[in-house]
Amino acid sequence: MDNKFAARRRRDLIIAAVLAGLAALAPLLVKDVYVQNILILTLMYAALSQSWNILSGYCGQISLGHALYFGIGAYTTELLFTKFGVLPWFGMLGGGVIAALIAMGLGYPFFRLRGHYFVIATIVIAEIGLLLFQNWEWAGAAMGITIPIRGDSWLKFQFLRTKLPYFYFALALCCLAWFVTWWLEDSKWGFWWRAVKDNPEAAESLGVVVFNSKMGAAAVSAFLVAIGGAFYAQFLAYIDPESVMGFQFSLLMALPAVLGGIGTLWGPVLGAAILIPMTELTRSYIGGSGRGVDLIVYGTLIVLISLALPQGLVSLLSRTKAKGATR
Amino acid sequence: MGLLYGLIAVGLALIFGLMDVVNFAHGEFLMIAMYVSFFLFAFFAIDPLLSAPLVAAALFVFGAVVYLLIVRFAMRAKANAGMVQIFSTFGLAIVMRGLAQFFFTPDYRSIPQSWLGGKTISVAGIFLPEPQLIGALVSILAFAGLYFFINRTDFGRALEATREDPGAVALVGIDKNRVFALGWGLGAALVGLAGAIMAVFFYIYPDVGASFALIAYVTVALGGFGSVFGAFAGGIIVGLVEAVTALVLPPSLKSVGIYAVYLLVVFIRPRGLFGSM
Repeated sequence: MDNKFAARRRRDLIIAAVLAGLAALAPLLVKDVYVQNILILTLMYAALSQSWNILSGYCGQISLGHALYFGIGAYTTELLFTKFGVLPWFGMLGGGVIAALIAMGLGYPFFRLRGHYFVIATIVIAEIGLLLFQNWEWAGAAMGITIPIRGDSWLKFQFLRTKLPYFYFALALCCLAWFVTWWLEDSKWGFWWRAVKDNPEAAESLGVVVFNSKMGAAAVSAFLVAIGGAFYAQFLAYIDPESVMGFQFSLLMALPAVLGGIGTLWGPVLGAAILIPMTELTRSYIGGSGRGVDLIVYGTLIVLISLALPQGLVSLLSRTKAKGATR
Repeated sequence: MGLLYGLIAVGLALIFGLMDVVNFAHGEFLMIAMYVSFFLFAFFAIDPLLSAPLVAAALFVFGAVVYLLIVRFAMRAKANAGMVQIFSTFGLAIVMRGLAQFFFTPDYRSIPQSWLGGKTISVAGIFLPEPQLIGALVSILAFAGLYFFINRTDFGRALEATREDPGAVALVGIDKNRVFALGWGLGAALVGLAGAIMAVFFYIYPDVGASFALIAYVTVALGGFGSVFGAFAGGIIVGLVEAVTALVLPPSLKSVGIYAVYLLVVFIRPRGLFGSM
């Protein structure tokens, strides 16, 4: 049993390395900027969704307010950069730490809540964040911040002529989020989280400190999402509250994980790989009419997939493989 | 305003609170109701006040159909039931918004003249806009009706029982799908009523629902799931808090007060004010 589990984990790691290697070669084949753009967004959402999955999938605390951490990452980076000239790399880390601290601060009251009350609280807190940023003059209010061009370099994390560096950063972030999940899955934290998700009372009685494990999950999750936010801000070179903290981000982070398989290692990557290109393609090929056909198609697909595969696409894969291989 | 929030929330309270199904398309139900009301006015010159029952009837059918076509299957999901509900209804919301854009175009519309629009009434020296007043009245009636309905009729009991234990309910010969389809229809009809009244004094556009939906969720949760009275009280509190916040803070921040009060309430009472679940 133990051996099988270890073997599966080793296999996962090898598959991930191969996929990452292949992905790293993708820009050699794909020269089209539009397609590169989609690839970058796909990788970013895969990373975000993977991070969301740590708190909401593994630990079972469904958050629909992760846009808050995304926005905090983006704003910390850009405020430090535009107002104080701090390099985005430091802003990125700072944003991550701030987001993690906020997540833990919010965790104190929030983790007492259960079910819908918790979900609504997460939506509401992100919405408060959005409204505050929209009214915060110093941070650009609703107009947002346009990131000044300070040259083409890794140091400033700005690239004007090519999108490739963004691609590689997104890939690295995606690998990082995946690896953190992979690593945590087999750590004591991973086991605590699953116990907390399945039955908090039982977990508590067996000596798992439920509260602390939720806090841990929230902090890791928020940190990684904030890094994603910082990346997104540099990538777009323009941010405003609605475009980095809007409710749709919270949903877009959750959606790939849900479609791919919530609480699974591969779910978010798989979900993002299908969902994000689909989103972008429907938007650009049939969204041009401005009459919402893209929304109709996109929405219908979401309804169908979520109804047809409640456990996500990963469940399809494991069904076709040898049944009950590990569990 | 609070009673109006209450009216929007009461339909949600029925679906979300009593049947424990998340409906992320609730705001879009409202949007559809406003459009129905608008077109009845534009083509047949029926005043929104008169057409309100028609709108409610239309939404009743719509709600029941949505249940039968989508939600029924979402509830059947064995794993991740909550997420499946969230995302299937969220997908539905996107589709509805898309359809509205497609058929009605994204233009802002309003009902220019109605019997009530723009009129005010003076009560003890305070001027109150008539449509809001009628809205408040309808809202109180709807609440009273629903309260009676849930607690005093066979259907209401069947609904509660079905949520509690669908298996046992099937044994005594109640068709779960019929009960829930009716419940959804009823919930949607109440939103229809709210939409018909709001069509008089709000602009109508495809995204209009989104701005009210979150407040409706907060209202229901504030009152506590499983309590119709809670949603009513929640609506009044939300309305009052919004009015007070609007005095203290800039208008763009008025929702912050509502959200803050929600957080405060659930931190003290994690199941809302009158919640039983």
